[in-house]
Amino acid sequence: MSGKPKLHYFNGRGRMESIRWLLAAAGVEFDECFLETRDDLLKLQKSGALLFQQVPMVEIDGMKMVQTRAIGNYIAAKYNLYGKDLKERALIDMYVEAIIDLDELLMMYALQPADKKEQYLANIVDKATNRYFPVYEKVLKDQGQDFLVGNQLSRADVQLLEALLMAEEYKSDILAKFPLLQSFKARISNVPTIKKFLQPGSQRKPPLQEKDLPKVMKIFNLGQ
Amino acid sequence: MSEKPRLIYFNGRGRMESVRWLLAAARVEFEEIFLDTREQYVKLIKDGSLMFQQVPLVEIDGMKMVQTRAILSYIAGKYNLYGKDLKERAFIDMYVEGITDLMHMILMFPFSPPEAKEKNLALITERATHRYFPVFEKALKQHGQDFLVGNQVSWADIQLMEVILAVEEKTPAVLLAFPQLQAFKTRMSNMPAIKKFLQPGSPRKPPPDDHYVSTVLKVLAEE
Repeated sequence: MSGKPKLHYFNGRGRMESIRWLLAAAGVEFDECFLETRDDLLKLQKSGALLFQQVPMVEIDGMKMVQTRAIGNYIAAKYNLYGKDLKERALIDMYVEAIIDLDELLMMYALQPADKKEQYLANIVDKATNRYFPVYEKVLKDQGQDFLVGNQLSRADVQLLEALLMAEEYKSDILAKFPLLQSFKARISNVPTIKKFLQPGSQRKPPLQEKDLPKVMKIFNLGQ
Repeated sequence: MSEKPRLIYFNGRGRMESVRWLLAAARVEFEEIFLDTREQYVKLIKDGSLMFQQVPLVEIDGMKMVQTRAILSYIAGKYNLYGKDLKERAFIDMYVEGITDLMHMILMFPFSPPEAKEKNLALITERATHRYFPVFEKALKQHGQDFLVGNQVSWADIQLMEVILAVEEKTPAVLLAFPQLQAFKTRMSNMPAIKKFLQPGSPRKPPPDDHYVSTVLKVLAEE
């Protein structure tokens, strides 16, 4: 039996992508089991494998872990991406929670009705450039260090890079006013484990295509 | 200068109530500043006190902490309510996250439009009785211990207690099919710090009313 973590989700980013990023950054190989149909999800639910009937689910160290944040916390702590003490952890948590809020906004774009998409996109850009990015730009400026917290790579850096790249997919020049975020992006992308993850053939997932949306909606019984 | 944590939020439950519960259970006295006007909120933003322009804000140990989960994790870690190792922490996190999902439905309920309220209430009850409470009932039954994780009180127990009471306010008979949770609720109610928090005059806030809802909307200038 493989000692590798096993990820259960659909074959796309969604809520599992930040877990893939963390494991990859930590240099941890993992297997994936993709839900293709609603039956796949129902079967998983019936088997009792999903504590609250939901995915993501990650089999790791003898546990069937659910709840994205719980999984992220465990991986970050296990692989030394969670700071060295309670106060560094507190900063990492604050930064990561806000990134998760931004990720939620980005994730929900695909579910907006066609006539609301433009306005929704404007809101994403507004929040990204006025609420979130300035905070991280300032942290990097004030500290003059390579990483957000404690002068070493942490979960906050990994999640921020993920969010920056995703935001650029929505608006390619979204980082125009943030020179330090631009150099952060280049620097963290060059961390060897992350560089590998950013190359074609890795387990990183592409953005959700319009044509794949019906299948995802069906698996999760959305839009009912 | 006071050493006590200082909570800045509306005078009501919302996202801050879990913080009040956790500090109370840890026997930590705290102060509160209530946001009643938009001016106060705008000033906080202009002062740079709100990292992401949002409350809750908790001033604690020299930090201006925002993001509810970050605040709760810090308090849990500091006051030994987060288990003794990584695996206990993992279970506490899973339980807390599930409870938070249920809590979120209750939190948003007063802000839902009148025509959606009946449906939302039914959903809260359905999720509590079919998705969330069975998990905790089973966990308590399986290990036969007083607390959810590691045979000592943790963040998970306190949040479970909070959500049980919150659901009971909406559906009084909700624990009928859950004898373990009934016993858990009684046990938790009798812990001195929680008993004190459940008494009148404590920092515990009442259920949200129309005044609370209109204050929140006014301060945040949400339409």
